[in-house]
Amino acid sequence: MTGQRTRWRLRLDRLAGRVMAGMTIFAASLVLLIGLGLLARSRPLLDIQPLGELLTASTWRPLRGEFGFLPFIVGTLWVTGLGMVLAVPPCLLSAIYLAEYAPRRVRDAAKTLIDLLAGIPSVVFGLWGILVVVPIIRDFVTPWANTYLGFIPLLRSDNPTGYGVLAGSIVLAVMIFPIIISVIEEVLRAVPDGLREAALALGATRWQMVKGVVLRRSLPGVIAAIVLGFSRAFGETMAVMMVVGNVPQLPRSLFDAAYPLPALIANNYGEMMSIPLYDAALLAAALVLLLIVLLFTIVARLMLLRAVRRAT
Amino acid sequence: MNKHFEERLFVGLMLASLAFIVGVLILILATVLIKGLPALNLAMLTQTPRGGYYLGKEGGILNAITGSLALAGGATLLSCLMALPVVLYLQVFAKNARLVELARLSLDVLWGVPSIVYGAFGFTLLLFLGLRASLLGGIIALALLELPILVRAMEEVMLMIPFDLKEASYALGATRLETSLRVVLRQAAPGLFTALLLAFGRAIGDAAAVLFTAGYTDRLPTSLLRPVASLPLAVFFQLGTPVPEVRERAYASALVLTVIILIISLGARLLSRRLTKYMIR
Repeated sequence: MTGQRTRWRLRLDRLAGRVMAGMTIFAASLVLLIGLGLLARSRPLLDIQPLGELLTASTWRPLRGEFGFLPFIVGTLWVTGLGMVLAVPPCLLSAIYLAEYAPRRVRDAAKTLIDLLAGIPSVVFGLWGILVVVPIIRDFVTPWANTYLGFIPLLRSDNPTGYGVLAGSIVLAVMIFPIIISVIEEVLRAVPDGLREAALALGATRWQMVKGVVLRRSLPGVIAAIVLGFSRAFGETMAVMMVVGNVPQLPRSLFDAAYPLPALIANNYGEMMSIPLYDAALLAAALVLLLIVLLFTIVARLMLLRAVRRAT
Repeated sequence: MNKHFEERLFVGLMLASLAFIVGVLILILATVLIKGLPALNLAMLTQTPRGGYYLGKEGGILNAITGSLALAGGATLLSCLMALPVVLYLQVFAKNARLVELARLSLDVLWGVPSIVYGAFGFTLLLFLGLRASLLGGIIALALLELPILVRAMEEVMLMIPFDLKEASYALGATRLETSLRVVLRQAAPGLFTALLLAFGRAIGDAAAVLFTAGYTDRLPTSLLRPVASLPLAVFFQLGTPVPEVRERAYASALVLTVIILIISLGARLLSRRLTKYMIR
């Protein structure tokens, strides 16, 4: 009797192993599935115009069948790039403080708060952008920049609404604060204490120790955190879409309206089935986003791998 | 530059950045609270939109609240069913190192895929299956969105289980499946539950993935195949109208959504602290 029972248990175990391997294969091929699904749907357009041509064409007139992605890609780069510039320095400094200086209680409290706020949904960030950021830019920043800095083309504004690249990147920067801080903090804390003690014993101040030892040692991790923040930021849809103005143009100043790629997809889902090739164009845009993420993840991985190899 | 001056300068800068960041994040909560609270009333929470609701007449957002709970609940359930076998394979069963490596890479990529792409893919899937925007479509899109988050969080929990525990179980003659179910899962349960709650929080706040796939309706969710409303989209749509009363309801809806998410996230933390008391260390 026991023999039969054992055989049954082993058979069940093998079956479970197969089911789990099957699910894992599914998860492993999901990226490919999503890519193929989007590719299949965007084929009608890609057959007429290859992807390279779409990416560099700059006119967007769906009714005439002209689908140039360039303004949207440039818009995405502007908003995300500026957002990163705004987010990284304060995040790096805060993370250093939390990892190297803060008393335990302060660190725990700050981390709990930041973690909690990481869960705030993007529409709420967008709402905050509309209620707080856009009015400030409209009423104070734009007039001030026009009066004092108007001679710099990048800072001149002929967009009085406040909705534009700057508003989008501020909202984006705030959204990625939590993730960048928590990853950098973890990376810094992973540096062995012996190195810190050695630096301090040589008479370095804490900041000299951070600068010369901790940051140097954890540089690859810090870069990985920034890449992570970037890949989170450039695909962010709702919050940015609510404050960025959504005009398909190549922005020339920080105050100009832009139209990032994700916003393009989200804004036009309603009408996309009624215009020929429109749905193909939007799903091709989604495919482009997917390819960028793929590229970024792989580059970040290779970089980390190389850094780890060099360090050991 | 004197090194002690430099030290003080940078500590000052660090404190200023931390204060700035925490201040901004608190300002966001304060904005939602101050704008949302006056517009919030019982009818908002207990009624569905009536005729003329979007012109400022009576009604509430019960459709969006229940819709969001159904979407996120369904998605978390479905995603859990997909994530558990994957995590157990990676942690207990894994024989094929190449498959493990490939799955990790794929999940890393998925983790970074923007939710709008899940929405767009969900949409193509619905077209392929011949369905229209519905609760089911939203659940599928959100479940895919949650999958990499859940797998990553669950794996972290399982990595904390002492290896001896598994070895002891094997030594007693238990199979891998029995070890998984009776030792690994039981030991990891509190952490897994926390992971589920956090993924639920991610799903309920996401708008871009449900935009194409779930649609919007003024009715309560009754069927998997009908469109369903959701809170993030309720905020978005109501904010887009020119009527001031409706815009105020958008603020109130945002407050409701934020409160739900904060409760879930706080609850997850408290629960995990509570439940880890009974773990074998």
